[in-house]
Amino acid sequence: MSIAAVVAYTIALALIPQFAGNYETRIAISVAMFSALALSWNFIGGFTGYPSFSTAAFFGLGCYIGALSQRAGLPAEAAWMIATVGVAAFAAALGAIILRLKGHYFAIGSIAIVEVTRLIISSWGSVTGGGDGLNVPLMTGTPDVVAARILYIMLAVMGGAFVATVIVDRSRLGFGLRCIHQNEDAADMVGVDTTRFKIAAFVLSALFCGLVGAVYASWVGYIDPTDSFSILLTVKVPVMALLGGAGTLAGPIVGAGVFVLLEEFFWANFLQWNRAILGIIIVFLIFFLPGGLLKIRYKNLLKKLSANRSADRSNTVSEGEAKG
Amino acid sequence: MTAILELKNVSKNFGGVSAVSNVSFGLKQGEIVGLIGPNGAGKTTLVNLVTGVHSLSDGQVIFKGEDVGSQKPFQAARRGLARTFQIVQPFPEMTVLENVSAGAVFGGAAGGIAAGQEAAQAELDFVGLGHVANEPASSLSLPNRKRLELAKSLAMKPSVLLLDEVNAGLNASEIDDALKLIEQISGRGVTILIIEHLMKVVLSVSERLLVLHHGELIADGTPKQVVEDQRVIEAYLGAKFAERYKVAG
Repeated sequence: MSIAAVVAYTIALALIPQFAGNYETRIAISVAMFSALALSWNFIGGFTGYPSFSTAAFFGLGCYIGALSQRAGLPAEAAWMIATVGVAAFAAALGAIILRLKGHYFAIGSIAIVEVTRLIISSWGSVTGGGDGLNVPLMTGTPDVVAARILYIMLAVMGGAFVATVIVDRSRLGFGLRCIHQNEDAADMVGVDTTRFKIAAFVLSALFCGLVGAVYASWVGYIDPTDSFSILLTVKVPVMALLGGAGTLAGPIVGAGVFVLLEEFFWANFLQWNRAILGIIIVFLIFFLPGGLLKIRYKNLLKKLSANRSADRSNTVSEGEAKG
Repeated sequence: MTAILELKNVSKNFGGVSAVSNVSFGLKQGEIVGLIGPNGAGKTTLVNLVTGVHSLSDGQVIFKGEDVGSQKPFQAARRGLARTFQIVQPFPEMTVLENVSAGAVFGGAAGGIAAGQEAAQAELDFVGLGHVANEPASSLSLPNRKRLELAKSLAMKPSVLLLDEVNAGLNASEIDDALKLIEQISGRGVTILIIEHLMKVVLSVSERLLVLHHGELIADGTPKQVVEDQRVIEAYLGAKFAERYKVAG
């Protein structure tokens, strides 16, 4: 059911440039981009239960590998592929080391990766342009055409990430990752090669981020270290996945959509309170929605509400009788 | 007949503490052997050494003629060397069936997830949990969690099964049921090592007993030989009592 819903949703997003203006198309691109990032995070954070904050490192590296390849004269599509493969290889090498950490330690280690990669990129001025950033060859065409193209590409990446999620969910890999999530020692004991499974999840969580980063660089035409390796991005993406429902198929897409729309609304109406509202959403999630929007039992909720209402009514009735 | 699992001079030190020292014994195909010893004797450490949870400080573990001393736990599981935990380790939010099929899919011969579930259902029926297959594992009572643990190991189609205190925390009638089950498992040709600190439990099923004390193997023989062994009585009841027992005997 969720697969059909995601297909319909993707088609609806793809139709936006036909019926709406540039502003709406830009939001649709954001929605597709963050959906792809949240779906990626879901492999390591949702299925495996490792709270990764490395998203911005993968995204930023994707931006830079893509931008540098394009500046070296490669066509955009080739640059995107190189960025994907490069980031995946980076995650595989790194995963073998960092996945030895667990829980809070892993979370802190994964944030450190964002900072370290950002520092390397900004200090390595001769190659990356340092703090001045890099200009990326612009895509040819009118703004409308370019925006529509970027939207289709981002939607394709989101679709790819979703298909990968469905495949993993139904395979041995997904089963093994869920076992690791529930009890890593027990998973090891029943024969799950936990190290290899975790690295596979980490690589899956990285490669779509790398691709999204490279496409993003082509879209905006200019990247710099602070923007590419943003700590806010690294926090926002897990929050989106948690908002929708970590470990579910469509949860990250729901979460990313809701979050981007909320953020847009708050940006437009409460500019100064924007960050505070992100904080409130995080606190709200932890206390009231640990399973995410998709895990709420809406039927039970309705039943409870109606039960309360009828209980109130019977209370007032009996009070009335007592008085009478 | 050669041993299916053999330990040669196995030792394990944690820093300066010697938890297991110089232990050697073998298990023959199809045997039920009890491993007993007072609390802290090193029984669980020994199981951890055999299944690759801890690395050996010294010695060799030989399984089916192969030196497996440096294996990882998942490799032990795939080789057919399964164990249960003293403190049960379910996947709490999965159903009972999923728990057991994890054993079949990753540790056993089952090719896919569907085949794994089929094998899992068979093992659940065998241990008597067939009726709760679709309940979450966290909803089970302690005796049933112990059965779940057994079913999970059995789904891995082990040739050697190490049972680490499967009876701890059970009452008398539950223990009787568990012992019946262990005999049935043995009937399938699985070699079993039962780790216990309750003498009574082990005496009733074991063909042979090993006694561990302060990390050393102090006795290896039939149950009758072992309970009359001077060093075993000392280990359990203290030197003073052993002296009196000897005089009386």
